[in-house]
Amino acid sequence: MFDIATAAVESALAAGARYADARVMEQRSETMAARNGVVDTLDRGERAGVGVRALVGGSWGFYAVPDLSPASARSAGMRAAEVARASAVARGAPIELAPGPPSVGSWSSECREDPWDVSLAEKGDLLVGVTTTMLGHGADIAEARERVWDTRTWLVSSEGHRVDQHIRECGAAMNATAVGENETQRRSYPGIRGQYGTRGWELVRELDLPGNAARIAEEARALLTAAPCPARDATDLILGSEQMALQIHESVGHAVELDRILGWEAAFAGTSWLDLSQLGSMRFGSDLMNVTADATLPGALGSFGYDDEGTAAHPVDIVRSGIWVGVLSGRDSATRIGQASGGAMRADGFDRIPMVRMTNVGLLPGDDSLEAMVAATDEGILMDTNRSWSIDDRRLNFQFGCEIGWEIRNGRRGAMLRNPTYTGIGPRFWSSMDMLGNRSEWTFWGTPNCGKGQPQQVGHTGHPAVPARFRGVRVGVRG
Amino acid sequence: MSAGGAGPITADPMALAGRVLELARTREPGAEVEVLARGGVEALTRFANGAIHQNVAEDVGHLLVRVALDGRTARYTLDGQPDDDAIRTLVDRAIDAARVRPVDPDWPGIAPPAAAPDVEHWDEATADAAPAERARRVADFVRAAAGLDSAGYCSSRAHVVAYANTRGQRLRGRSTLAVLDGIARTSTSDASARGASAALADLDGATLGERAARQAREAADPADIEPGAYEVVLGPSCVADIIDFLYRYGFNARAVEEGRSFVQLGRQQFDAAITLLDDVTDPGTVGLPFDADGSPKRTLWVVDGGVTSNVLHTRRTAAMAGAESTGHAPETGEDWGILAVNPVLAGGDRTTEELIAGMARGLLVTDFHYTRILDPRTEVVTGLTRNGVWLVQDGRVTGPVRNLRFTQSYVAALAPGSVLGVGRDRSLVASADDATGSLVPSLHLRTWNFSGGARG
Repeated sequence: MFDIATAAVESALAAGARYADARVMEQRSETMAARNGVVDTLDRGERAGVGVRALVGGSWGFYAVPDLSPASARSAGMRAAEVARASAVARGAPIELAPGPPSVGSWSSECREDPWDVSLAEKGDLLVGVTTTMLGHGADIAEARERVWDTRTWLVSSEGHRVDQHIRECGAAMNATAVGENETQRRSYPGIRGQYGTRGWELVRELDLPGNAARIAEEARALLTAAPCPARDATDLILGSEQMALQIHESVGHAVELDRILGWEAAFAGTSWLDLSQLGSMRFGSDLMNVTADATLPGALGSFGYDDEGTAAHPVDIVRSGIWVGVLSGRDSATRIGQASGGAMRADGFDRIPMVRMTNVGLLPGDDSLEAMVAATDEGILMDTNRSWSIDDRRLNFQFGCEIGWEIRNGRRGAMLRNPTYTGIGPRFWSSMDMLGNRSEWTFWGTPNCGKGQPQQVGHTGHPAVPARFRGVRVGVRG
Repeated sequence: MSAGGAGPITADPMALAGRVLELARTREPGAEVEVLARGGVEALTRFANGAIHQNVAEDVGHLLVRVALDGRTARYTLDGQPDDDAIRTLVDRAIDAARVRPVDPDWPGIAPPAAAPDVEHWDEATADAAPAERARRVADFVRAAAGLDSAGYCSSRAHVVAYANTRGQRLRGRSTLAVLDGIARTSTSDASARGASAALADLDGATLGERAARQAREAADPADIEPGAYEVVLGPSCVADIIDFLYRYGFNARAVEEGRSFVQLGRQQFDAAITLLDDVTDPGTVGLPFDADGSPKRTLWVVDGGVTSNVLHTRRTAAMAGAESTGHAPETGEDWGILAVNPVLAGGDRTTEELIAGMARGLLVTDFHYTRILDPRTEVVTGLTRNGVWLVQDGRVTGPVRNLRFTQSYVAALAPGSVLGVGRDRSLVASADDATGSLVPSLHLRTWNFSGGARG
């Protein structure tokens, strides 16, 4: 496979590129889903091809072909240069690449039980079983799914990168929906997006879907008659770790993507409220806030050995004691601010150009616990499991909804609340964080569906998170 | 077809589909088998800070095979070179997988032979568009923005598709779509301009760039405004967002069957000004005249004069409801139920200026951003405004205001008595993935709930 990538790179260079890299990728995927006791989806897919990135003058060009023949690879290299050349009619500051030693190496994710060795019959029995259980405990609609990805990549660059990588990912999700007179209520496990990691089927076994199916169905049913989340302009808010993962993803992770900060995503995903002149000095949150982007965390969904332009995975500090200190970057963006690449360039297939993506962007744990937060709260609301998410194009103003909430009074968890929502402004919200869960509550949540870019790419990102408490938050916004 | 000279990947997708069926028949004579083969090119030129910063293209070669053995089904896809070995492996794996999975009692069977509408949204020049043609439109947009920062993209795609199954259904189709979508920016405002068409030649970068720049200047230095309920005129991209949510969570037969939808067939659920069709035959729309199940599309009245008339079906939901498929099965599988490709909202007779003139006090909104559902049944959605909001008083635009967050039921917004005017500016709005498009006009609505400001 290295030979195919090399042929593509040489072709791009011959066509005038001053830099080129090529990724050969072979990917297998599987989705099995059940609804109401019936497996209604079994999809398996295979993708194989080569994508070539060529830098001609100061502009990128990219071309991909779903074909691993040397002739097609050479053609892709030539066309990548041709596409790059066309960019010259609207040229900006020339693309330059942050220097760094070319990586040569091989990496594989850990996998104790290969998901492809688990029979479809066993997977089907699991999904049929849990959806049947949910139906028997109050769900009107019961859904469950498992997903598996197996990706092998061979990367070659004109600077001497030569990296191969084998990443296996899998996970599962289930949810119960209760249909009421005027609305529906839903409970998901382990989270709205399930739970995924760069691990084998042992991850799915550890989730214990069967042990949680009845509970979430009963909670979905109970939510139909629960009191609505009260509307308050300011209250104490405690978030469970799954919702914290979403909070980190949307209001920290995307905001610190350097391509957004530089305006490269302005027309679609948006920009960022962060000002590079304040990098290293601006307060993002309270002293308790320590965020890293760490692609080396074993088993987390955003882990890898090398990013898709060959930079070796390494941890990057993003927020330290509440101060914004770092960004997510690749070689072409990092050089604009005089830094080395943050190793965050990823593509979701051979046919997509690598772009800045979150790795494992997460909060380091504190010393408290969810139990201690509830006990320390006189009046507030506990919310968990993301249900809706919306944030403005600068990643500043957000409104998030959760599946379930509980009233907290005098240090005790009280009545269940339905339709809990909260809203805020990023840095104000993070500055109000005064309690943070401990290492025993630290969960590496995996998000397998982060959309970004044009053409749109679906990223797999990780978000280590713990429960946290925030003060003076507006809750209960409804239409 | 080429992407600036690229050779054909799947020159004859029907021949490829036929090869797959032949192999499958040999391997498992009693199996139901269907094949969808797609070849083509996709290209996208992206710009930011007034310059092209990303320029990509790809050859597309996609094969989808679904096998059913006595109700045990499996789908396999291949994005790769479809040589004989690859096809044989694909068929073998699909059959092997189908054998060992549980029975699907709701499997509706593969589609019977039926003709699709004789319509083609295809432009040869767009299929052959060279990178320089997209780049030129971008350069025109940037130049016309005349000193303002600009960003956006120009894309072109062409797909040739064949569907074939062991029941004898055979369908062919091809489609092109080109999009130019950009913003111009001042230090305090953004404004957008966009166009979408089956033909790249319909897209004029200079016209769009000039419009975006003019509106960005007019939107500069916006004032704060108190959140609350306002009369609104929503531009076509906002209306496309509303229609998308109504399709996905409302007119989706799966959601109706499961009790998650607001839909009550035969009831006046919308204002009489709302007539919504799903119509692949409209010359202003794009896409193929059949779906991934091999079911033909047809002109379907979804809402007729405010009365909810039909919901959209796949073969699966149709079989469960005792109805006929409307041709809305997505390639991505059963997750969502249906895929809307050709929503067409009937246009009105008023210019944008006339819609504005009808507002005593309200807001003119260009785009929505990051809209998400809070409750599927009531279709309460939260999101933000983007790319220009203007305060209107006594029928005149008085000035730009800052972006706002809204939390609003999309169904209630179009309820009887709520639509005060329909624009004649109907235009094709491409979906975020450039896969589909909605043909929609501006709407003047009685009330819209802005639940907060967007300023940090």
